[in-house]
Amino acid sequence: MIWNQPKECMSSADKRRMQGERLRKLVERVYHSVPFYRNKMQQMDVAPRDIRSIDDITRLPFTTKQDLRDNYPYDLFAVPMSEIVRLHASSGTTGKPTVVGYTRGDLAVWSEMTARALTAFGADRNDIVSVGYGYGLFTGGLGLHYGVEHMGGTVIPTSSGNTAKHISLMHDFGATALACTPSYALYLADALRDCGMPREEFALRIGIFGAEPWTENMRREIESKLGIDAYNIYGLSEIMGPGVSYECGFKNGSHIGDDHFFPEIVSPDTLEPLPVGEQGELVFTTLTKEGIPLLRYRTKDLCSLDDTPCECGRTAVRMSRIVGRSDDMLIIRGVNLFPSQVESVILEIEELEPHYLLVVDRVNNLDTLQIQVEVRDGFYSDEINRMVELKRKIAARLQSVLGLAADIRLVEPGTIARSEGKAKRVIDNRKLV
Amino acid sequence: MKTIKQLSVFIENRTGRINEVTRILEVGGINMSAFSLAETPDFGILRMIVSDVEAAHRALKEAHFGVNVTDVLLVTCANEPGTMHRILEVLAREQVFIEYMYAFSEGEVANVIIRPTDVARAAEILQSHQPC
Repeated sequence: MIWNQPKECMSSADKRRMQGERLRKLVERVYHSVPFYRNKMQQMDVAPRDIRSIDDITRLPFTTKQDLRDNYPYDLFAVPMSEIVRLHASSGTTGKPTVVGYTRGDLAVWSEMTARALTAFGADRNDIVSVGYGYGLFTGGLGLHYGVEHMGGTVIPTSSGNTAKHISLMHDFGATALACTPSYALYLADALRDCGMPREEFALRIGIFGAEPWTENMRREIESKLGIDAYNIYGLSEIMGPGVSYECGFKNGSHIGDDHFFPEIVSPDTLEPLPVGEQGELVFTTLTKEGIPLLRYRTKDLCSLDDTPCECGRTAVRMSRIVGRSDDMLIIRGVNLFPSQVESVILEIEELEPHYLLVVDRVNNLDTLQIQVEVRDGFYSDEINRMVELKRKIAARLQSVLGLAADIRLVEPGTIARSEGKAKRVIDNRKLV
Repeated sequence: MKTIKQLSVFIENRTGRINEVTRILEVGGINMSAFSLAETPDFGILRMIVSDVEAAHRALKEAHFGVNVTDVLLVTCANEPGTMHRILEVLAREQVFIEYMYAFSEGEVANVIIRPTDVARAAEILQSHQPC
């Protein structure tokens, strides 16, 4: 089934016309209501009248996550706060998350896009969807939640954190679909096997997985262990949240909602647009967003696009799996993490040297994050309690900033490599192949 | 009873780390007369009474160990039933909290290292009560 046949299966010529028209209006809007964009465009000597078709998009300035931070909290919003009905945020460096605002219209688009995704996964109003993404500032939980409701299905707002409860809810409420990170799905699969309740007593048939990169091998493992069809859903809060793109029954790339989010692939080095099919950095322009419209937002996700027709009938361009990042962001249990965030916390703790090492691994299908730190001379104690207390304090400070629990490891002085140039701050032992 | 200097060393829980400490002490000609090791899952703290605290401190720091010097009480008493109990009774009665202690005895004499939270106060109490 296709949720919105006219939009998802639009002819290429019609779509480009529509995208061009929407881009023109978007540029007009941001030019007049967002000083940041007006200044940038003036510096580049581009005016709204220069944008006549979607091809003119390459004349527009890029936007980065740093721009969002610099304009914290509301300076990139294009409407007065009276029009904003929801805020979401992703964790940032100390005290500075990146904030996005949604108008009622933005939420309607988001619900529509997520409903499109759910329909592409084979779900309909008879489905009962357990949403295991965290509810809160993170867009995963509420994004899926509203999509399921919009589609007319039943949503169980399970949220994240309690595996035993999640399993019993899915069992007792007859959940037919599960939304969570793919690594959590694998963890859940093992827990489900060991829970004592036979698989036949579960109605599960669809998996809605995103918020972190995963592989075909993981898909096979999830599908065989859970006995479901597993689909990818992609999104990022800066653009909207989950539902920016989604797989269809053919599981051959994720269809981008390109009537709302115009994708480009650029070279991360030169920022020059790359031909369709080539791998590079994914860039989105939010064609219809009202709250915080973004021009050419650099996702830093590396992938390629495919505009050949899909067997499912959708003409929406497809993106490949994310093969990497053009920056040093890590995704741990679905949470985005920059080493610089850890650094900002470490620098504020007087008992610590300004050196750290992140060791990421996947144990029993769950990501683990170990943060190695060195205690500064003069803060070593002969008392175990003091050292354990220090460890606890560091863990709590990091958790509050990162939104992620980490295993803090106090290491001996000089253990963490000091290097002149770019220090190696991350060891990622996860094998995503 | 007297107040003496104790050297403590932060050590990661890895095979061979203590050897590194003892090797440095050997090279420096420093004798260890007592030690205890406290451990957590990922690190431990080695506490030692050594013949030359300053030299040991310097040598270990040069080898990049996290070291710390603290005052502890050395109580020497008769190696017979009840002595330890009398010492602890006095300290407990005066509400002195003990972080940790370690001891060894041989022949007529027993030596106990006590690390109270408040070393000076504990020393005063033991001085005035003379439990052993």
